[in-house]
Amino acid sequence: MRTSATSQSYPRRSILQKETRSVHELSIAASIVESVTESAAAYPRARVKEVRLRVGALASIVEDSLQFCWGLATEGSPLAGAALVIHMLPVIVHCDACGAETEIAGVQSFRCPKCGELTADLRQGRELEIESIELEEPDPASPDPVEERV
Amino acid sequence: MTTRIVELRRGILKKNDELAAGLRGRFTSAGVLVLNLVSSPGTGKTAFLERTLRELRARGAQAAALVGDLETDNDARRLAASGAPVRQINTHGICHLDAEMIGKHLEGWEQVSLAGLDYLFIENVGNLVCPSSYDLGERIRVVLLSVTEGEDKPLKYPGLFNSADAAVITKIDIAGPCGFDRELALHNINEIRPGIRIFETSAKSGAGIDDWLDYLAAQAKPS
Repeated sequence: MRTSATSQSYPRRSILQKETRSVHELSIAASIVESVTESAAAYPRARVKEVRLRVGALASIVEDSLQFCWGLATEGSPLAGAALVIHMLPVIVHCDACGAETEIAGVQSFRCPKCGELTADLRQGRELEIESIELEEPDPASPDPVEERV
Repeated sequence: MTTRIVELRRGILKKNDELAAGLRGRFTSAGVLVLNLVSSPGTGKTAFLERTLRELRARGAQAAALVGDLETDNDARRLAASGAPVRQINTHGICHLDAEMIGKHLEGWEQVSLAGLDYLFIENVGNLVCPSSYDLGERIRVVLLSVTEGEDKPLKYPGLFNSADAAVITKIDIAGPCGFDRELALHNINEIRPGIRIFETSAKSGAGIDDWLDYLAAQAKPS
């Protein structure tokens, strides 16, 4: 009961909390928009349908927050409506002691899963990159419906 | 309609990374050791840096500091009392410093020429998440953790702790009353960043500061 009373008194509370938590993801989303807009400029007739990311488990990105911020960051931009696909990558370490290159579960301990030795040699996990974008272009032969509308 | 997939394989923060690489080149050719200090708000970055600047001065070294905060120039004024040149960077709500801000604040900083410096400290905005993604061109990233914060901080913020080159535990003069579990804290830091150099310090009592200054001097030597 108390919970519903609180949420009635502060109807925007959950939205505000989400925005506060997402300051980091918002600046990351803004950087993606800037970067993709630049790359897509080479295809002036195309619309960006999808943006695909590779994000390492150590990149300090919360997937839900980034999706939420993506909506905010693309609003009113040429990327409005484009989907964001986030491919999360686990940490992979190389072990000097036994030579194995192995994926570790989680990010709470940097030990080789094969032999248990600590290792600082990271081979994957810090990625924060745009892998590819999917563009939708009108066929060259047909008139451009986008331009007609404008 | 045709669909086309364009491979980009491009870092989201490529622009920042490029600016940071440019800064790193400038710092290296000027022979200045640049450190990026990162922690939660309230860890004692400013007190630690105040003491560091004062002691470096006493040892005859030239040091300066750039200080990031969301608002106010309180920290810059505190640090300037050490006699070192200090410049405040106000981010106005942005939760981290980036390479562009560093570049801008190096311009027109009349008290400072990079070539005349031995050390440049960058005190980042108090935050253990966002600064981990932004390279500032530093050679050494230092993460600070106070005895009042809880020994599991490294486990909660692995992204940042794993990216650090050195760790500083602050306020060890009050470790006892805080019930600080030293062994556990050292263990946790080492689980997240194996082999990292750890300094146990108090800006107030001066404990551990000499070790820290010796480390700085060794790092500053041209290799």
